[in-house]
Amino acid sequence: MDRFVLDFAHTLAGFMVLVSFMLLYQDRMFSLLNVFALQALVLAASVAWQAHVQDAPHLYVTALIALVLKAIIIPIVLHRVVVRLGIHRNIETVGGIGLTMLFGMGLVALSMVVMLRATAAADPLAREDLAFALSVVLLGLLMMVTRRNAVSQIIGFMSLENGLILAATGAKGMPLVVEISVAFSVLVALIVIGVFLFRIRERFDSVDVHALDESRGERQ
Amino acid sequence: MDNVSLALMCVAALLATAVLGVLVRRSAAASGLVYSLCLILSLAILAVAASQLLGGAGATEITRLPIGLPWVGANFRLDPLSSFFLVVIDLGAAAASLYALGYGRHEDAPERILPFYPAFLAGMNLVLLAADAFSFLVAWEFMSLTSWALVMAHHRDPENRRAGYIYLVMASFGTLALLLAFGLLAGPAGGYGFADMRVAVHAAWLPGLVLILALLGAGSKAGLVPLHVWLPLAHPAAPSHVSALMSGVMTKVAIYGFVRIVFDLLGAPVWWWSILVLGLGAVTVVLGVLQAVLQRDLKRLLAYSTVENIGIIFIGLGLALAFQANGMTGAAALSFTAALLHIFNHSLFKGLLFFGAGAVLNGTGERDIEKLGGLIRTMPQTAFLVLGGCLAISALPPLNGFVSEWLIFQAILVSPDLPQWGLKLVIPAVGALLALGAALSAACYVRAFGIGFLGRPRSPAASSAHEADRLSLAAMFMLLGLCVLAGILPGFLIDAVAPAVREAVGHAMPAQASLPWLSIVPVAESRSSYNGLLIFAFIVIATLLTVKSIHRLASRAMRRGPAWDCGYPEPSPLTQYTADSFAQPLRRVFGEFFLAREKVTMPKPEDPLPARLEVRLRDLAWDMIYFPIERTVALAGEKFNALQFLTIRRYLGLVFAALVSLLLVVAIWA
Repeated sequence: MDRFVLDFAHTLAGFMVLVSFMLLYQDRMFSLLNVFALQALVLAASVAWQAHVQDAPHLYVTALIALVLKAIIIPIVLHRVVVRLGIHRNIETVGGIGLTMLFGMGLVALSMVVMLRATAAADPLAREDLAFALSVVLLGLLMMVTRRNAVSQIIGFMSLENGLILAATGAKGMPLVVEISVAFSVLVALIVIGVFLFRIRERFDSVDVHALDESRGERQ
Repeated sequence: MDNVSLALMCVAALLATAVLGVLVRRSAAASGLVYSLCLILSLAILAVAASQLLGGAGATEITRLPIGLPWVGANFRLDPLSSFFLVVIDLGAAAASLYALGYGRHEDAPERILPFYPAFLAGMNLVLLAADAFSFLVAWEFMSLTSWALVMAHHRDPENRRAGYIYLVMASFGTLALLLAFGLLAGPAGGYGFADMRVAVHAAWLPGLVLILALLGAGSKAGLVPLHVWLPLAHPAAPSHVSALMSGVMTKVAIYGFVRIVFDLLGAPVWWWSILVLGLGAVTVVLGVLQAVLQRDLKRLLAYSTVENIGIIFIGLGLALAFQANGMTGAAALSFTAALLHIFNHSLFKGLLFFGAGAVLNGTGERDIEKLGGLIRTMPQTAFLVLGGCLAISALPPLNGFVSEWLIFQAILVSPDLPQWGLKLVIPAVGALLALGAALSAACYVRAFGIGFLGRPRSPAASSAHEADRLSLAAMFMLLGLCVLAGILPGFLIDAVAPAVREAVGHAMPAQASLPWLSIVPVAESRSSYNGLLIFAFIVIATLLTVKSIHRLASRAMRRGPAWDCGYPEPSPLTQYTADSFAQPLRRVFGEFFLAREKVTMPKPEDPLPARLEVRLRDLAWDMIYFPIERTVALAGEKFNALQFLTIRRYLGLVFAALVSLLLVVAIWA
């Protein structure tokens, strides 16, 4: 295969990992949303490149869904949610950024080791993409674990889902039906979570999940 | 139509009878109808299996039904080994059904038994017919669940509920072990048919592990120490004809599972397997019989005695493994024949004894032998039958128990020819333990019969006992007749099981029926031979001659006087020797096995309180294995309870940690 094709695919996937790291340390809501939009943009580019390389026109649809839904609609909706919740000026305390970043690096190394070894016989294009995709998934999960604000947790969840799409497209794509249904389920999740955010807020005057725990009478 | 299909149709008819049992459970004729159908169907399967076994065809027919796993189906097969076990099971089932025709009339809640009894029979038969792991396990589990339902028939008694619970736990554990064993045998390719397993090539470590799993799985059902704990609780809890089936027959189904896996599916044995089997068998014999000697509850005593006999059978199987591993085919055939004969014999006399216990329970309402006594006068026929059963199970010639135990000892005597020093040292020790077990077993039944049936009644219930009904007695007479026949004509029995032995160990004992005077010669005439008929004839003739000569020679002069009162002028039945006093020397000697503690409370001289002797016995299996497991599970449950009340982030963190640690495992080991 052409070296350039490979290198460019890896650059895009690697860029997604980089953006995931950027997500980890954003402590302001708007910049978090912007970085998330950036990640979706990179995802769309990566998927489009895969469509071009694999000569699979349905992947263009996937790329388009990623672009419209994740790079435009979801950030805008969340943006408005954040404004309506009045938390756009809040600074979220993300404890121990250095430690989190180090842990994230460990995760990337781990996924490289696991994936490169497990897929030794696979197509080189899919191989490294899978490793990057697993890194993105793990970093998204890490973000969900380290954040306390519900909106940031949603972003973590969405970025995790980006990783899954990246993996799926790298491995010769998944059927379009599956892709579309996943996209819609993300959309539904957004709506449901949005509704819940307001309900939580209404009840606890905060979207810090810590408040939920306190209401259950739990010690932190 | 071939034999497998015939047997399967009978099983289907049994299942239909179970449904019928649900429909008619409240009508007065229900119990007669269901039990007679069960009797007819068991006899039918018995005939099919016997024709298969004795027909000499050895033909293995497979019937495949389109149910079960899609790529395996449900396979059923009838070969000499399963035919032999079918004969044992359905003979026992037929006797139990006949007995229940009389006994079941006294049942106060027949609707709790009638639907499950035929289903239980069907389950046991299906286990024996199954020819793939899936059907086997489904049938096995069906058998366990239906028998559990029968144990819970008298569920108002909290003791029975506890017994049912423990039984259920142990049965699930056993099935799990068997599931793992079959999974290992099937291998990654998923060859769940027995035919695939036979030809599969296994890794070197696998057969040993499968053997251990088979011992755990089948042993927990059969009652190997220390997996026996449910047995003395559950067997007595069921109605007596079901107790007879569970003790005499269901344990044999478990042994069939062990034999099928170890002798048939696992390939050539390794010599150290036999040490495991022999050791467990010997421990089971001794601990089972020691517990039996000390029991006061008649049915529990019989259940512990079943544990002992299972040990004897496993010793036979272990010997067969030892000889087989060293290519001594003749001796292997001898030991395996002995094990099969003991399986057959035990199902006969244990059924008889449980029927007798049921008759006593029905006639007096008591199971505690301390409250019985003098039954030989109120229940003369039952007493005679139980005495016969006691003689047979105590291995006294010319009855059948002697033949199988004698054959096992003959096999033990061949053991010095084995090459391994481990076996040379272990087998004589096992033989000594077996001899101890046989002697203690005799003591146990002397106690059970002597205290229960002789002497004077120890309670009003015992003095007003009534004889069992005719059908129950007929079932018992049938079993006793078979015990005597099997005892005096063992040669025919050995020849009859020869095809099954040949299938399992590849060789059979030499034909015995052609020997002169119906003797049996297990190894060589110069070593040993036994002739049950001769002994029987000798006993009969000697008895007749003695009676005759006493009547002829004794003086006819008569003198009347007071009977000797053994030094007790007070005629209270309380002054008699009791079951506890009979067992006391043994309890003193072997008490440490049970942490026996005696506490004597002597009141002060002026105090009118009675003196008390309290004896506490414990089962070491509970103390050393089950209570610690129970405590650990409870403790772990307590600790993990906190996991139900974590925060969302911690749950996410747990998921995350699990994922990362699994990936780490993959990264390090893959």
